[in-house]
Amino acid sequence: MNLTRRDSLKLGAATLAGAATGLGLTPPVGAQEPKLDLKPEDGASLRVLRPAKFVAGDEKLWLANTEKYTKETGVKVKVESQAWEDLRPKAAVAANVGKGPDIVYGWYDDAHQYPDKLVDLSDLGDYLDKKYEGWYDVCKKFGMREGKWIAIPLGAAGARIVYRSSLLKEAGFDAWPKDLDGMLKATTALAAKGKPGGLALGNAVGDGNGWCHWLVWSHGGRMVDDKDQVVINSPETIAALEYAKELYKSFVPGTLSWLDPSNNKAFLDGQLSWTINGISIYYTAKNSTDPKIKAVADDIGHAILPVGPVGRPTELHLTVPAMVFAYTQYPNAAKDYIRFMLEREQYVPWQEASIGYFSQPLRAYEKSPVWTSDPKHTPYRDLMANMLWPGYSGALGYASAGVLADFVMVNMVAQAASGAKSPKDAAAEAQKRAERYYKL
Amino acid sequence: MAGLLNNRAVLSVLFMLPAASILLLFLTYPLALGIWMGFTDARIGRPGIYVGLEQYLSLFDDDVFWLSVFNTLVYTTVATIAKFGLGMWLALLLNHALPFKAMIRAIVLLPYIVPTVLSAIVFWWIYDPQFSIVSWSLQKLGLIDHYIDFLGTPWNARWSVIVANVWRGIPFVAICLLAGLQTIPPSLYEAAALDGANAWHRFRHVTVPMLMPILAVVLTFSVLFTFTDFQLIYAITRGGPLNATHLMATLAFQRAIPGGDLGQGAAISTAMIPFLIAATVFSYYGLQRRKWQQGGTDD
Repeated sequence: MNLTRRDSLKLGAATLAGAATGLGLTPPVGAQEPKLDLKPEDGASLRVLRPAKFVAGDEKLWLANTEKYTKETGVKVKVESQAWEDLRPKAAVAANVGKGPDIVYGWYDDAHQYPDKLVDLSDLGDYLDKKYEGWYDVCKKFGMREGKWIAIPLGAAGARIVYRSSLLKEAGFDAWPKDLDGMLKATTALAAKGKPGGLALGNAVGDGNGWCHWLVWSHGGRMVDDKDQVVINSPETIAALEYAKELYKSFVPGTLSWLDPSNNKAFLDGQLSWTINGISIYYTAKNSTDPKIKAVADDIGHAILPVGPVGRPTELHLTVPAMVFAYTQYPNAAKDYIRFMLEREQYVPWQEASIGYFSQPLRAYEKSPVWTSDPKHTPYRDLMANMLWPGYSGALGYASAGVLADFVMVNMVAQAASGAKSPKDAAAEAQKRAERYYKL
Repeated sequence: MAGLLNNRAVLSVLFMLPAASILLLFLTYPLALGIWMGFTDARIGRPGIYVGLEQYLSLFDDDVFWLSVFNTLVYTTVATIAKFGLGMWLALLLNHALPFKAMIRAIVLLPYIVPTVLSAIVFWWIYDPQFSIVSWSLQKLGLIDHYIDFLGTPWNARWSVIVANVWRGIPFVAICLLAGLQTIPPSLYEAAALDGANAWHRFRHVTVPMLMPILAVVLTFSVLFTFTDFQLIYAITRGGPLNATHLMATLAFQRAIPGGDLGQGAAISTAMIPFLIAATVFSYYGLQRRKWQQGGTDD
């Protein structure tokens, strides 16, 4: 079934009340619904910072839901969409100077940079946990510190293999392989037919970090162990880098300088047979008025990232935590707004409008209609179930954030893949760079 | 009170007070705070404690930091020389009687007027490995058979960002030097011509010495702007590939804000100060030698 965006929106709205119950999105009749009494303060108004839209439907529904919240509660909410790179600095400045937005929807482990500047959200975390079949484990890692909720994950914008089905077939494969060896065979076959793929190896915050972490983790490599000892220079990492070197041979030229939008542009232009990306490429193609690009949508296939020698998914996706700053005059209103946006009446249509660009943090939303309304959405459903966290398998904090921001993992993979350094030397350099952060 | 206001010393202090307050508040305080933070382990959301030279010792052992120092020096030196060579050439051309002179001068200023980030995005497209207009044109002309990887190898990327910086910086140098050229009395050229000086002699012995004071000022500013460049790099490469275009300013930002390590970011910024002072001192004392300008000898 291939639906237009308009169809999807209608479907989302129509299924909310009725179908949602049938799909198990609402608790059975008679079951005790958890309660949370968050009465917004009198005269409350909120300023909210959130990432700028990557797909149009996301922002449209977000603003519509916000308007609905204002109508229901009287709380005025000013939503400011920020360029992705600006969000972290702005949140950081707000935390530092003690003035600014009441709520920031930030990135990854932002909350762990300034936990004592944030409002305790434990009541909200527990309420949502009970009401929506529980958080995925990784959400607790991002949202909790010392047993308290300091941020509420909104979801994760994640990546899947995005490929051209017709080209894959021409290369002799019916579906994208589920293991790394198979993937290498497929990408090599595609490249041999003059149909290369490509992954970002520049300092690309989302795409670069996403696939490089996945690849190293899938081989059993990791930046630090459970005790925060740096262990990146390991045989497992070197095996991953050897793999990256082989994979790189099937890349289109120029990926060393690619930033986040580069693969989207090249794929939609028909220059790539495969890449790893969010659902945004499909969204753009599907909603394009250009027949050439629209035809790409029909040919797009999505597949989950292959599982490596460790035998389980090892993904990293761009997680969005909601934080309430302690300086806010309206903590109850802020918490209530976050709650409201995560309630099924708002969350399900929002996911639908953005065709699942953000995958859910709460298990109940696995049954959201968006994941089945178009089979091409389905691979994006389990992002948060399959993911680990930056600085895996150590703790989130200053060191993990520093290593991630400094692109230690991406630079290591780029060096080895491009042949600028041997896998051994690249891993040794990454070890040295990471140790600078973890010894502080 | 009236007596005090008639006192020249009191009055001069009063008149200087607004400017001094602005300088103290917006220049001295942030600078001092930045230098102080370089001696602390301040993180985002945590003031930090004094750690002495720890940040600097850590940087001393950091290959990426030294790479950024190297990149910054190459970037500043090459871009400044190119900007001055081309800027001087442009200024000399514009100093001639040209039709539509005012309009041409306005057009020359355009790269400087366009917001940096906008021109950076344009260059990002020009250098794109898949969509470069330069590669496309050269390929259509049959001069190349595959697209140029402008940003994909360390040296290609360095030259590419230098070209972008030069393009953007030339108008500033050209217009300033043009202003300088117009202050040179035509009688000096006439006298030189009567003495039998050719065009090169007139340039070497009249134009250059007379331009030297303004040259010193423009050079100082140009070096400062180039050394502290951030926007072009951030928009075009984010410091990649493999940190080959990371300047000290972009690395300081990356460590301090996305990385949360304000102390280290401040230390990198502070490490730029000696280079900037050296460039300023060289410009002022190296180029502004008045005796030499006036035909005397240097002491």
